[in-house]
Amino acid sequence: MTAAVAATAAEVRAAVAAAHRDEWARVFGALVRFTGDWSLAEDCTQDAYARALERWGTEGIPRSPGAWLTVTARRRAIDVVRRSGVETDKLRLMVADQQLTTPAADLALGDVDAEWEDDVLRLIFTCAHPALPMEARVALTLRTVAGLATSEIARLFLVSEATMSQRLLRAKRKIAEAGIPYRVPPPALIADRTAGVLAVIYLLFTEGYAPDDGRPVRDELAEEAIRLAGLLARLTQHPEARGLLALVLLQHARRAARIDAGGELVPLDEQDRQLWDAVAIASGLRLVAEAPHPRGPYAVQAAIAAEHDRAPSADATDWAAIVALYDELPQNPVVALNRAVAVGMAEGTDAGLAALDALGVPPALAATHLLPATRGELLRRGGRLREAIPLLEEARHRAPGAAEQRYFDRRIAECRDGDSG
Amino acid sequence: MQYMMFVATDPDADPYDPQYDNVVAWVDEVNASGARLQGDRLRPVEDATLVRIRGGELLVTDGPFAETREWIAGYDLLECENLDEAIAIASKHPMARFGRLELRPIWPFDPAE
Repeated sequence: MTAAVAATAAEVRAAVAAAHRDEWARVFGALVRFTGDWSLAEDCTQDAYARALERWGTEGIPRSPGAWLTVTARRRAIDVVRRSGVETDKLRLMVADQQLTTPAADLALGDVDAEWEDDVLRLIFTCAHPALPMEARVALTLRTVAGLATSEIARLFLVSEATMSQRLLRAKRKIAEAGIPYRVPPPALIADRTAGVLAVIYLLFTEGYAPDDGRPVRDELAEEAIRLAGLLARLTQHPEARGLLALVLLQHARRAARIDAGGELVPLDEQDRQLWDAVAIASGLRLVAEAPHPRGPYAVQAAIAAEHDRAPSADATDWAAIVALYDELPQNPVVALNRAVAVGMAEGTDAGLAALDALGVPPALAATHLLPATRGELLRRGGRLREAIPLLEEARHRAPGAAEQRYFDRRIAECRDGDSG
Repeated sequence: MQYMMFVATDPDADPYDPQYDNVVAWVDEVNASGARLQGDRLRPVEDATLVRIRGGELLVTDGPFAETREWIAGYDLLECENLDEAIAIASKHPMARFGRLELRPIWPFDPAE
């Protein structure tokens, strides 16, 4: 399975890095299935990548790096279990399995796409199991599906490596001790569990996208989320997975215009649309156009993002279409709030305020900045600046982070200038 | 795997409605599947007795839980292939709606550990 040609150190490093990005989930997934032990699987997968760095220089880069890594990791697992000398039954099973599958694996493992897909899907679904705490699902998905190192995940979530390492360890332990099955869920559970996987990926995306509490925008997290959404969409062809992929592509396409030179958030209507990523927008729009109806919540949110992204200027936004899309979403107070803004833009300030009045004060929003912010924003956009100021001040008072506070400060100042001028 | 399923009350749950209490059917179904090894109701907390040794002295008192609104009303010991199977069984129990169920994996005691 290896090419006879030796490779340069740079070629080896590049090949191992590519294999890490593209094959980690598959190698690790195969090892979990093989050993039934997440920690052992992780050690052996890591070891196989270390050996690749040592050996691909002299042996040449294998035609199928994933197969080479899987076979190497499996041999390592057998060695480790053999040396531990305790689990003899398990070892017998593993050796039998290895003898059964190795010749085929050496020849063709890299070509067996169905097996690859099953291993990766098993991993994705197991990491998103609802019995795991949400933060553990997110961390475990990054570690085992995306193949990020524990230290990288710790950095992205702004916690110490020791904390992240503990979080991952507890999650792996719970999988083993609570009997969380390593599998793609059966048909009766698949809809629910797919929704759970989508939620993990979208949380990963928003975590990287929203710079709250002065934390930097972490593009890497958003990009990992896009990669995972693409993987899930490709493996499942699930309409909501494709909807999520469209949504994150269309939102992430605006990243270069979202933050100004001073690090401040730039609202959508003031963004320089020349900075938007036209390629990502085209991919997102294509997915939105292809979405089967009736659409699920991610596909509808993607369609809303698409209306913004396809408008050549903020004034050219088709707000009536956006109102209709909000009507298509499952209703909740936040959806109603956003719908009221869209109504205001489509039909005028009074219609927007009426939609907001119809919402009342839902308990979920009572203490947040969202109600005064929305009413203030509707009034400001309608030119009723004097009425907008106290509402924007209230919103500033309740705003959760420094970035939002500065945003309201700026809006209040604009209203004062406009009102006196 | 074996799971202890604690059947507990929960003040945030739907109020109890005997019309939807299908516990007899649940017991029959889970017994028939072979997944229920054992299970019973527990007498109310008013009948509980608390035993402690503090400062070397044995203290026996009335159950302390009379003022708490959440208490264990029963238990079932389940034998399941995995957690998903245990969740499926628990979700059909009437107290999933009128209370809450807690699934705890049995941790076999090994004196050598």
